[in-house]
Amino acid sequence: MSGVASAAGGKTLAGYNFAYLDEQTKRMIRSAILTAVAIPGHQIPFGSREMPLPYGWGTGGIQVTASIIGADDTLKVIDQGADDTTNAVSIRRFFSKTAGVRTTESTREATIIQTRHRIPEAPLAEGQILVYQVPIPEPLRWLEPREVETRKMHALSEYGPMHVQLYEQIATFGRIAATYDYPVMVHGRYLMRPSPIPKFDNPKMDRNPALQLFGAGREKRIYAVPPYTSVKSLDFDDHPFSVESWEHCCGLCGAGASYLDEIVIDDKGGRMFVCSDTDFCTQRQAQGFRGPLNSEAAE
Amino acid sequence: MSMPREESLLEVRDLGKYFGRTVGCESVSFDLWPGEVLGVVGESGSGKSTLLKCLSAQTAPDRGIVRYRLRDEDLCDVHALSEARQRMLMRTDWGIVHQNPRDGLRFGISAGANVGERLIAVGARHYGNIRTEVTDWLQRVEMEQSRMDDLPGTFSGGMQQRLQIARNLVTQPRLVFMDEPTSGLDVSVQARLLDLIRTLVGTLRIACIVVTHDLGVVRLLTHRLMVMRGGRVVEQGLTDQVLDDPQHPYTQLLVSSILPV
Repeated sequence: MSGVASAAGGKTLAGYNFAYLDEQTKRMIRSAILTAVAIPGHQIPFGSREMPLPYGWGTGGIQVTASIIGADDTLKVIDQGADDTTNAVSIRRFFSKTAGVRTTESTREATIIQTRHRIPEAPLAEGQILVYQVPIPEPLRWLEPREVETRKMHALSEYGPMHVQLYEQIATFGRIAATYDYPVMVHGRYLMRPSPIPKFDNPKMDRNPALQLFGAGREKRIYAVPPYTSVKSLDFDDHPFSVESWEHCCGLCGAGASYLDEIVIDDKGGRMFVCSDTDFCTQRQAQGFRGPLNSEAAE
Repeated sequence: MSMPREESLLEVRDLGKYFGRTVGCESVSFDLWPGEVLGVVGESGSGKSTLLKCLSAQTAPDRGIVRYRLRDEDLCDVHALSEARQRMLMRTDWGIVHQNPRDGLRFGISAGANVGERLIAVGARHYGNIRTEVTDWLQRVEMEQSRMDDLPGTFSGGMQQRLQIARNLVTQPRLVFMDEPTSGLDVSVQARLLDLIRTLVGTLRIACIVVTHDLGVVRLLTHRLMVMRGGRVVEQGLTDQVLDDPQHPYTQLLVSSILPV
């Protein structure tokens, strides 16, 4: 690992520009981000570059992060809420190598949080930036295959078909069945895909003090939700939007109001529910909270 | 006429559409009043469908003007409206019943959603109310409520056409364009559909422009008739008058070529 400085040293991998992308590309992406912030929820096309990871692994998010990150930033990367999964670890290491930035697992300490499929449980603060990895940015894609037509629908605010889809779900299942990537209206104007976060996280987007940036690498689109912008999940007056709830609490930390993952623990039908946000769970355990399946509690 | 003067709903003046040197339609002028049903007949290629597309803002004409009276009483040039307002007009005040149900219905969503879509498009956001209104309209076009959540692809041709009518009428339009609404249906289904259209149009006082090549349909449905040939209107007048006493040689030929049963 010659040429790799320690994270605290701030030195970067020899032969690479700071944060991997060249300055011209970063300027182009920043310009797209600024436009996106100016028009909340509107998708801005950008010249997405090939990145040293495959499409679907966060090429959009990583480019957004690369273009906004500075030497004094602290980066946190989560994948499905966890800090310790392959994708999260790799992207974190990528930036500690190429930008020499400090990395953290703590939501509160981070200035930039790149995320796949979750919003951290701990409330975000002003000055923080949440970068989402987006597979498909167009909310109307499965309703209208023509890009020209979906742009026109956005331009004219013709979002009826999205509600028709919700209508169909109620007619079939008796309730709105969408549970992730749940469509939202941003600032009362643009229909937006919040990336595949569970609908549990949708309310957290609304009037969030942090800046939320969305990058789709393969689809070459960037969009944004500026701080304190209204984000409303679509629903019907008599079928209001609601989030998931569980009969269990977290098996490790006992949290009753966090998003839980179900984990199979043996081959006899045993399973446990734990917080998907590992940082949140660890912090709670450090504060002395214990769940019913925590071995320390059982002893 | 001693009838109280009423304002026309649609005014068409000197409408023309050309495809290169080919004439689509030319020098078409007429007025349409609220609740009036106008038939347009002529052989294939006579410019009927081109005319209908120009009238319903689906194609821009090369000459002439189409003025429509909006609900706020103002006559406006349909083709000068912004695309947003044109699309709004098509979803609310107008209806278009296509010859092929595949052009007018969405086959990927249920029958109920097809009808409800127009309500949602104009802002309905209460599932229960939408559902009630859709049920009501499906009943009015004589469809079983049990088929409400089925896909249109599972319906017969006649049912699909009735569903199209329900989808168009649910927002209570004032003007409906129909392009060969009954072709492709067998005679008994045709008769029922015509009866249904006549009843609905009569009770709701909807103005209609019906394009067809079937003189039986115009006899039953329309008040006034325009006969087209080569893109031009060769004769127009009250339907019974034109059919019983045709003046233009082409109309005479058309009327005489109806097969006797």
